Amino acid sequence: MGSRASTLLREEEIEEIKKETGFSHSQITRLYSRFTSLDKGENGTLSREDFQRIPELAINPLGDRIINAFFPEGEDQVNFRGFMRTLAHFRPIEDNEKNKNATTSEPLNSRTNKLLFAFRLYDLDRDDKISRDELLQVLRMMVGVNISDEQLGSIADRTIQEADTNGDNSISFNEFIKVLEKVDVEQKMSIRFLH
Amino acid sequence: MAALWTLSLLLSAYPGCLGLTPPAELPQPHNQPPLLGFNSSSGGLSMDLPVALRVFSMDYHHVQAPFEIVLWIMLASLAKLGFHWSGRVPAVVPESCLLIMVGLLVGGVIYGVRHSAPPTLSANSFFLFLLPPIVLDAGYFLPGRLFFENLGTILWYAVLGTLWNVLGIGLSLYGVCLLAQSSLGDVSLLHCLLFGSLIAAVDPVAVLSVFQEMHVNDQLHILVFGESLLNDAVTVVLYKLFESFLRLPSVSGVDVLLGGCRVVMVGLGGLCVGLFFGLVAALTSRFTSRAQVIAPLFVFLYSYLSYLTSEMLHLSGIMAIVTCAVTMKQYVEANVSERSNTSIQYFLKMWSSVSETLIFIFLGVSTIQDVHMWSWPFVCSTLLLCLVWRATGVLLLTAVVNKFRRNAVTFRDQFIIAYGGLRGAICFSLVFLIDDFPKKRLFITTTIVVILFTVFVQGMTIKPLVELLDVKRKKRALPTVSEEIHSRLIDHLLAGIEDVVGYWGQHYWKDKFEQFNKKYLRRFLIHEDHQARSSILRVYQELERREQRGDEEAPPIVDPHSNSRPLLPEEMDSIRRILSRNLQNFNNKQTPAYSRHTLHQDATKDKIRRPLYRHQSLGERYTYDTITHWSQREDREFDGSHRARAGLSRSHTVCSMSSRPILQDCMVPAASAQAQQVDRKTSSTREDRISPQHQIPMGRAPKKHLSFFLENEK
Repeated sequence: MGSRASTLLREEEIEEIKKETGFSHSQITRLYSRFTSLDKGENGTLSREDFQRIPELAINPLGDRIINAFFPEGEDQVNFRGFMRTLAHFRPIEDNEKNKNATTSEPLNSRTNKLLFAFRLYDLDRDDKISRDELLQVLRMMVGVNISDEQLGSIADRTIQEADTNGDNSISFNEFIKVLEKVDVEQKMSIRFLH
Repeated sequence: MAALWTLSLLLSAYPGCLGLTPPAELPQPHNQPPLLGFNSSSGGLSMDLPVALRVFSMDYHHVQAPFEIVLWIMLASLAKLGFHWSGRVPAVVPESCLLIMVGLLVGGVIYGVRHSAPPTLSANSFFLFLLPPIVLDAGYFLPGRLFFENLGTILWYAVLGTLWNVLGIGLSLYGVCLLAQSSLGDVSLLHCLLFGSLIAAVDPVAVLSVFQEMHVNDQLHILVFGESLLNDAVTVVLYKLFESFLRLPSVSGVDVLLGGCRVVMVGLGGLCVGLFFGLVAALTSRFTSRAQVIAPLFVFLYSYLSYLTSEMLHLSGIMAIVTCAVTMKQYVEANVSERSNTSIQYFLKMWSSVSETLIFIFLGVSTIQDVHMWSWPFVCSTLLLCLVWRATGVLLLTAVVNKFRRNAVTFRDQFIIAYGGLRGAICFSLVFLIDDFPKKRLFITTTIVVILFTVFVQGMTIKPLVELLDVKRKKRALPTVSEEIHSRLIDHLLAGIEDVVGYWGQHYWKDKFEQFNKKYLRRFLIHEDHQARSSILRVYQELERREQRGDEEAPPIVDPHSNSRPLLPEEMDSIRRILSRNLQNFNNKQTPAYSRHTLHQDATKDKIRRPLYRHQSLGERYTYDTITHWSQREDREFDGSHRARAGLSRSHTVCSMSSRPILQDCMVPAASAQAQQVDRKTSSTREDRISPQHQIPMGRAPKKHLSFFLENEK
């Protein structure tokens, strides 16, 4: 660990991350060791290749999009802060947080932010709308090649139809939220980060 | 089918009449030694010729033992055949029940013919001959990754759950005995505890046979099955512990403590023995390239040796054999040829199948006995207590363990775990081994009743009950298409994030083990040739991944205008069906568990499909399904590479001839680009390429032809 002295985590950083993301001290150190184990180049940041080295991620249909979600706009490297910020979306919502008053800024793992994360997986061009093309792209990734384009098209049409309330043939974020109101997103989009 | 049944009955009557293993009497010799001019009264078959040679004679005594063994096995196999041919029956009655019924019939016939008890299943032959193949089969096909992921939960259920059950049943039975002082007064506490220890054990054989037909998901299967395997250590130790306590004049606290240590030692000792033999087997398989035909034999010999050794040392034989199988599997599969691999797998399936069938038939036969002693309170309370204690145990343990698990064990799963705790032949054999005491016959009877009850009642009703529970849950409104798609997206997303984060603790150790494995074990235990190929595979897998990424950047060709008419209900149904069939399963948790009767390969693998590297000259998309299909079935790319590697080696040795006709078939519907491909192949030198393969269009699947080249790394 001697050569990594420069990239060791300082207490102030841990405190800042704790405030921003809500993770506990031990969780942050755990995730930091995971970060460093992924960081084969040992330069304190992760590149896309580092993520692609994870074998299960390579076979995940949405692997590339998930990897992209870690990197901020137009950048190729993500540091530990960015890493934690992304992972913070998947922290389970605890009971004491539900009672926070509305004036403080929303925590990263709120329901809205979780849904926004999922929304952004579809919406690559960040125009806040899921167009039919974007939907078809994702569907094709998830479904494989055994379905013809026409069938897939009709599934996409049906999906848009169910969500679209303003008739613009695309799904906006609010429409997305509405469609998923019956789904227990808080539970589905949470990982138990053990202490 | 009726013919099969009568035939099997006749066959069974034959050895029955001739007498078998204890408590049978010696059979009557059917011929007399040839004596000049002497005619015996009971012989009947010797000719009344003075000096002449016998033209026809029969000497049954000579071949008696193997003959009868073969007849029993024949009976078992014919019964199994008949079972599968009998149409609607398998859907309702699990195979184990039918086999026990056949056994009962046979036992009854033998009893009727000879007016004495038919042969029973001796504990020795059960533990030494019938049990190992089943456990070996289970261990060899154990889904390793899933098992180790759930190891904590499995150990939790196995150790604590069994302890809970044993103590609960034992103490409650003692209470019952105290209450029914008149009839059961002489059953002491230790006897009750001893009985509790043998009756609480869930039996892997019975569990496997019933779960076969239930198609539960992988995770649940591994939980129940893993528990039934691992609780052997606890059960055997407790049983032996209580037995030795019975022999001691008094029991002190130190003895109990020593007993606890013994549990740990038995489990760990079995593990170590298994590990040792597994590694030696892997090492031996490395050198089998010149004598490939006997390579499968080593697998069986070493596994059986590990079992016998641990039994000799009074350690847990089941744990030893499972560990041995798990350890040697990856190295053996890499070392031996594809044909040997197939032989190993088929032989394992065959032996375990026969063993299981024999066990159940013997269970049925042994039920017909003279030694029964019935006692209403004891039997009924045992049945009730088994159910109650298991249910409460599962509920309590799950409530605790769910806090630590990523995927909670649902209520439906808990019900299946509790209700699917079947008892089987292990209890039966253990009860025969008890030292004789006045109420031993009562214990035997009760054990038989419990086994029959669990196998018949629970075995037959578990499937309908589970479906009832499922139906109840399905009564909620069907999710909309949007919900399904978005939920599936979220599932994939979560799976990906979990992979990024790594499985806490487990992943760290798994990483360390993989490094150790790669650095030392694989180099030592795998033949050099096969090691080199794995790096080729790594290269082309990397290339595959890059191809995949390249594809996703290309824009899909999509109809710009969309139909806005509302969809008909049939279309809605077909959409749902398409989605449920094709939305890819993630994390292996929804795939069905492996089957006893067929190899997983036969059921799911297209023999032609291999993970393929797309050649640059063909502008076609590869089947994404192949990649995921491949990796999903086995543990990780590690094992996937094994399967693929073995496939490549087969193509190297076997298919270089047969790929030609395949090419011919494909050429007919194929595009002209491929004809060029073929030409190019025929003109190039052979040494540089491992034979190419085509993917044959299968039925209605879209015609995606692929070819691949694999170049030897120089």
